[in-house]
Amino acid sequence: MAERILPLIIVGIFQGSVYGLLAMGLSLQYGVCRVLNITHGEFVMLGAVLTFTLSLSGINPLLAPVIIGPLLFGLGFLLQATLFRGLKARAPSPAAFEGNALLAAFGVMYIIQYIARIRWGGRLMPSYYLADIVSFLGMDFVKNQIVTFAIALALGVAVYLFLSRSRMGRAIRATAEDPGTAGLMGVNTNMILAFSFGLGALLAGTAGTLVSMKTAVRTSMGFSNTVIALIVVVLGGLGSVPGSFVAGILIGIVSMLVAGLWEPVLTVPVYYAMLMVLLLVRPTGILGKK
Amino acid sequence: MDITRFISTHRKSLLVGFLVLILIFIITLPLYAGESDVRVLTTVLIYVVLAVSWALFSGTTGYMSLAPAAFFGLGIYTMALLQKELPFFLIIPIGGLVAFAFALLIGLVTLRLRGIYFTIFTFGLVVFMTEIIQYLETRLYNRHGWDITPIDSEILLYTIFGLVVVTVLAAYFIRRSRYGLALLSIGGNEEAAEHMGINTTRTKVLIFAISSAFMGAAGVITAPSLIYVNANIAFSLFYSFMPILMAVFGGMGQLYGQIVGAVIFGYLEKTLRAQLYSYFMLGFGIILVAVIFFLPNGIAGLVPMLQEKLGGVIRRLRKGGQGEQHANT
Repeated sequence: MAERILPLIIVGIFQGSVYGLLAMGLSLQYGVCRVLNITHGEFVMLGAVLTFTLSLSGINPLLAPVIIGPLLFGLGFLLQATLFRGLKARAPSPAAFEGNALLAAFGVMYIIQYIARIRWGGRLMPSYYLADIVSFLGMDFVKNQIVTFAIALALGVAVYLFLSRSRMGRAIRATAEDPGTAGLMGVNTNMILAFSFGLGALLAGTAGTLVSMKTAVRTSMGFSNTVIALIVVVLGGLGSVPGSFVAGILIGIVSMLVAGLWEPVLTVPVYYAMLMVLLLVRPTGILGKK
Repeated sequence: MDITRFISTHRKSLLVGFLVLILIFIITLPLYAGESDVRVLTTVLIYVVLAVSWALFSGTTGYMSLAPAAFFGLGIYTMALLQKELPFFLIIPIGGLVAFAFALLIGLVTLRLRGIYFTIFTFGLVVFMTEIIQYLETRLYNRHGWDITPIDSEILLYTIFGLVVVTVLAAYFIRRSRYGLALLSIGGNEEAAEHMGINTTRTKVLIFAISSAFMGAAGVITAPSLIYVNANIAFSLFYSFMPILMAVFGGMGQLYGQIVGAVIFGYLEKTLRAQLYSYFMLGFGIILVAVIFFLPNGIAGLVPMLQEKLGGVIRRLRKGGQGEQHANT
């Protein structure tokens, strides 16, 4: 039994690191901008599909984020700077803004998804990268799993350090805490909000690139990624960036164990069971404050 | 002849007359229209039920439920499982009850918490339902999907029309009652509402369950026209997103807003969706963003705005005319 479980857990950690990256972006967007961005999965899809398109013209998937990242960052930046900023200025109360932003994000989700569908169609795009097997500690792994884990972990740590150590990161945290006071202290809050949203989009796009290395991707993949990201974010505590990464890894392990030992169809129901229990026992999430 | 004054003094009788005209139109439609028109109207009416019942909960309290399809699909499955055992008209309330009970459960877990958790939970609920029902189907019945005996389209039209009347009346009276005011105050400021002595959790959970019951009943009535259903068809995300779009487009504050939204998009969906699916959905996204950005109160929000502007223009014209008369004499 142990020989069966251990590889599953390790693969789960590898898989979960991508979920963690995905959820970190969403957590940043909600924590700072107060936008529950249900477009998030579509950014993952864009990252994945663009990586595939670039790989067709001979660009290495490892280099793809260098091109796609700034593109998606710009898109996220613009979304916050125009649409969500405008909504915020008009909303009578913060709660009304959250509701309107959610519905607007919902519209953006349709726009991105169907532009992609019109451009790329609904076909599967297999762009496996480094799909050969390597033996490590007596276990067999696919190389791309190790590579994606390393990238996700490095990026996750980098974002964490950026938020906790740098001047910009401090400005972001201050804006998340109290935008009014942060503005009075000389923080350009509108810029910070747009930057955080863009950074979230960039993380989603990079997660998309990582996904495309491991599995075949398609334009309809966004929704399920949004669902996973949302579940992970709640598990980790809404707005807690490190919490989302930890919860992502946890979800990765659970999904592998359920799929490997029980029934692949039941992974989403198991996430839901976890979510229900967590909401009843500890509504602020695993690492959530308050 | 002063049209604006005529409208404002005879408002009630005009409204009743308009409703009677719609009633006559719907009842007599099968006499002169073809089968396909009857189907289009049935679809439109189903969307009216979904949009009105969605806005009854989400429009008033501000808690965004993203899962109408979960309850709608439960209704469809109730019909699929019970069609051999019970008569159609008995299954409709049962479907409503099933959805009611399920919504009660979901609400009790999530509505104690802040709104955003509820939204997140409902967002993936449809996926959850699809997968667990697929699993149970293969495990318990060793099958994938169900055939449903079709029912005459005229009967379906009249049945769904009956449900529309019940839903709209219920929504109208709930919104006007003490209970509706409690809901609106929750939407305005939940903490304040609680301090006013409203049991917010009970109010929210109950209205969520009631609105879901209508969705479940609509699902039962939809099922026969689908002929064959499986979990992917019954719990299609499309049924979640369409009512939201319709209600937002029409306006969540006024009841007629949701009805207008549902009629417009229901008709467009039935006539355009098949040929131009992707462009159709892309257009929906653009319209949704534009409406939220420019008309946060939807089409219904336009009416008071126009009234105010037009009223001002008319008044100014009249005053201007009087002023001229004075000048002449």
